[in-house]
Amino acid sequence: MSSEQPKGGANKSTPIPDNAAVRAADALDSRLGIYGAAKKNLRKVFPDHWSFMLGEVALYSFIVLLLTGVFLTLFFKPSMQEVVYDGSYVPLQGIHMSQAYASTLDISFDIRGGLAMRQIHHWAALIFVSSLFVHMFRIFFTGAFRKPREINWLFGFLLLILAMVNGFTGYSLPDDLLSGTGLRIAEGVVLAIPLVGTYVQFFLFGGEFPGEDIVPRLFTIHVLLIPAIMVGLVTVHLILVFYQKHTQFPGPGKTEKNVVGLPLLPVYAAKAGGFFFIVFGITAFLGGMVQINPIWAYGPYNPGQITAGSQPDWYIGFLEGSLRIMPNWEWNIWGHTLSFNVLIPSLVLPGVLFTFLAMYPWIEGWITGDKREHHLLDRPRNMPVRTGLGVAWIVCYGVLWVCGGNDIIATHFHMSINTITWIGRVAFFVAPVLAYLATVRICKGLQRRDRDKVLHGRETGVIKKLPHGEFIEIHEPLDAAVRHTLTAHEQPKPYELEAAEDENGVARKVKRSQKLRSRMSHWYFAEPIEKPTAEEYKELTSGHGHH
Amino acid sequence: MSSQDKSEVPEEHLPEVHASAHVPAEGDPFADPGLPAHEPRVTDIDEKAANRAERQVAFLFVISMLSTIGFIWAYVGIDKYRIIDIFFFGKIGAQNLALGGFLGLALFCIGAGAIHWARTLMTDEEIVQERHEFTSDPETREYAIREFSQGAADSVIGRRPLIRRTMIGAMALVPLSGVVLLRDLGPLPGTKLRHTDWKPGVELINEATGLPIKPNDIVKGSLTMVLPDGLVEKYGPAGQKEELSHGWLEKAGMSAVLVVRLEPEDIKSKKELDWGYEGIVAYSKICTHVGCPIGLYEQQTHHLLCPCHQSTFDLADDGKVVFGPAARSLPQLKIHVNEAGNLAASQDFAEPVGASFWERG
Repeated sequence: MSSEQPKGGANKSTPIPDNAAVRAADALDSRLGIYGAAKKNLRKVFPDHWSFMLGEVALYSFIVLLLTGVFLTLFFKPSMQEVVYDGSYVPLQGIHMSQAYASTLDISFDIRGGLAMRQIHHWAALIFVSSLFVHMFRIFFTGAFRKPREINWLFGFLLLILAMVNGFTGYSLPDDLLSGTGLRIAEGVVLAIPLVGTYVQFFLFGGEFPGEDIVPRLFTIHVLLIPAIMVGLVTVHLILVFYQKHTQFPGPGKTEKNVVGLPLLPVYAAKAGGFFFIVFGITAFLGGMVQINPIWAYGPYNPGQITAGSQPDWYIGFLEGSLRIMPNWEWNIWGHTLSFNVLIPSLVLPGVLFTFLAMYPWIEGWITGDKREHHLLDRPRNMPVRTGLGVAWIVCYGVLWVCGGNDIIATHFHMSINTITWIGRVAFFVAPVLAYLATVRICKGLQRRDRDKVLHGRETGVIKKLPHGEFIEIHEPLDAAVRHTLTAHEQPKPYELEAAEDENGVARKVKRSQKLRSRMSHWYFAEPIEKPTAEEYKELTSGHGHH
Repeated sequence: MSSQDKSEVPEEHLPEVHASAHVPAEGDPFADPGLPAHEPRVTDIDEKAANRAERQVAFLFVISMLSTIGFIWAYVGIDKYRIIDIFFFGKIGAQNLALGGFLGLALFCIGAGAIHWARTLMTDEEIVQERHEFTSDPETREYAIREFSQGAADSVIGRRPLIRRTMIGAMALVPLSGVVLLRDLGPLPGTKLRHTDWKPGVELINEATGLPIKPNDIVKGSLTMVLPDGLVEKYGPAGQKEELSHGWLEKAGMSAVLVVRLEPEDIKSKKELDWGYEGIVAYSKICTHVGCPIGLYEQQTHHLLCPCHQSTFDLADDGKVVFGPAARSLPQLKIHVNEAGNLAASQDFAEPVGASFWERG
């Protein structure tokens, strides 16, 4: 690849070969018209940034889940029929257990590579949900969800929810003591639903808990229903990324109207394809070397037994935490029980937290009134309120997550469980607010720093002594590319209400929603750190007053 | 969309050969200087370096091939029950370790090779492509809406409300069949959540031994897990294991009970004392929060802690909640000693055990 090659496509002098592959492509083209699609897509440009890799991690761990999952279904028996274990794991021989549990033991001990596949599957699930979260926050903090990508944000959001639900159903399948405990808690939550709770529970479990139906039913949901929906959503998600083209960070040569990066064939294909193998390789290492969910140590499920320190997979931990720190409010009215101690933490609170996330593109769009397309990403510091809200959300989620392990904290750090729980109750309300305030301040501080850098240049660390004895640090002016990058962002003005009276002195009717929007908009764009103007810059760099 | 040759690329997107660090005398100092010129890598200009990179990529691919062979060797060559002791890792299955390790290496090296190839030998010259606006132009918009309106008009759905309404009705009703079909997912709850397997006279069976319990078996400070007779695996007279009846797991999930002995003077409630036997009291083991079995007993304070969500109950005071998210006391099982000298239930629980539900009241 010589550097004389013109940008934007293949050199016209590249000869058209005549070989079997081209003839086969010709044959396909005459039936499917593949050259049209290839012309558009083969050299499609993808911008490069390390954070664009996060969604790839999610995609690839999803593929790993599908591959290892198919292997596991070949051996797993989704049945709760009671059998006596006679496999090779000595401590459980002769014990009554469900077929689901016995076949999971067989996968772990008697099928070669079975344990590795099980552990790769479990590790990939943890990585999948983690990468979905981190990917989503990349989108959130850089404003990539803005028009025209709101719909794709929603598809991604649905994928996150489905991933968590499917993680929980998978965790419940082996029918060991830990997974049964998770199901028992789920049963308690279902029972707390007003009006229909007991019916839903009896229909879900096919009778009283645990029954013999829940594992086969969850199996169908886990391997067929949810994965099928997810494959569909992933496909649409990727088609939209392709069709709408990827966003890019501001920088020299990058505009709202172009996309700058490396071509799909060969660079992006090699990097992305290679990265799939790296993700798969790392999960395979984990599956071989790092034990996860050793179900043989827990024993078969029995609703009368439990182990201390029972913990769900990490992404369910926040629900566990909210259940733990909720005060014990329960109402009895007209012969009916309303269990706020269960309903609020397990249904209302996650509903509010995640609905906020799902709706955020529309919330922000309404506040800012911005109807334009955006393809250049925001640097998080330049949108302090949005960044603050995101961090507050993460902190809120994090507090609940930590509280989900309050017993572990208590035993490890020799603290009172009651104290930890109370700290969690207070922190749930206080910590997000503090995090929001701190984040906004940090963002504004970073904006000030950018402003200083643009106006005064980069601090070189070189100290110079002037003839009259004064010491100064030499500042090096930024080059045009960095100057542009640091000043490329917009600073929108808050939405102002029209004057209360029109030009004829007639009172204008101002809708309440408009007032709210104006207030929100002022909050959103309040007290901006004005980015440097050309005049300021010229004033400072025209020879005098440099320091 | 891709700009096939130079002439199609708009002027402002072409690279400026020397991005200037100097301040422009006039004009916008923050203007976009354009895409920076491509900086060649070592492998672009030094054939030796490029050849070295080629060998490195090939080396990674060869490692991958060897690892796949290693994987197959581990599958057939290592005994699946062999345990090895590795420093730091501890005792682990040799075959699983080798399978995971070789598979990981085989996959990782393909990835590392491909990425190294892309980073050293494939072009790193950035390409600029135009974005297209998503909003359709007015003619297309008008054309599409007109076509749709024509189609709708041709269907006469607007002029024939009877068809429209009955169609909507039919479509709204047809999913009902699907809902009705779900009815047989399970039985109706009825009063099943209100009753357990404890009946007057049913003996308390120690879950660990399978034997009935005499008052002297319960020592102070101990916690004994108990189930009603018929739900614990026992050995028959001939020494053969008695099979448990179908559904014992569901019954155990409702009827699990724990028995402790307290000093009668420590018991704060008259009712609790009366429902026990000489300080021996029996409580439901199923948490009133969301139904976990409770198992952590603090003998000094008589507090019982649920390991799931840390609800804490005072066994010396009617099982009242002293901390945590549970709202209701643990139900107490009334017990007595029967003619055989064994502990037995006097009646079923007076209230439903376990998690709250809407009809509980």
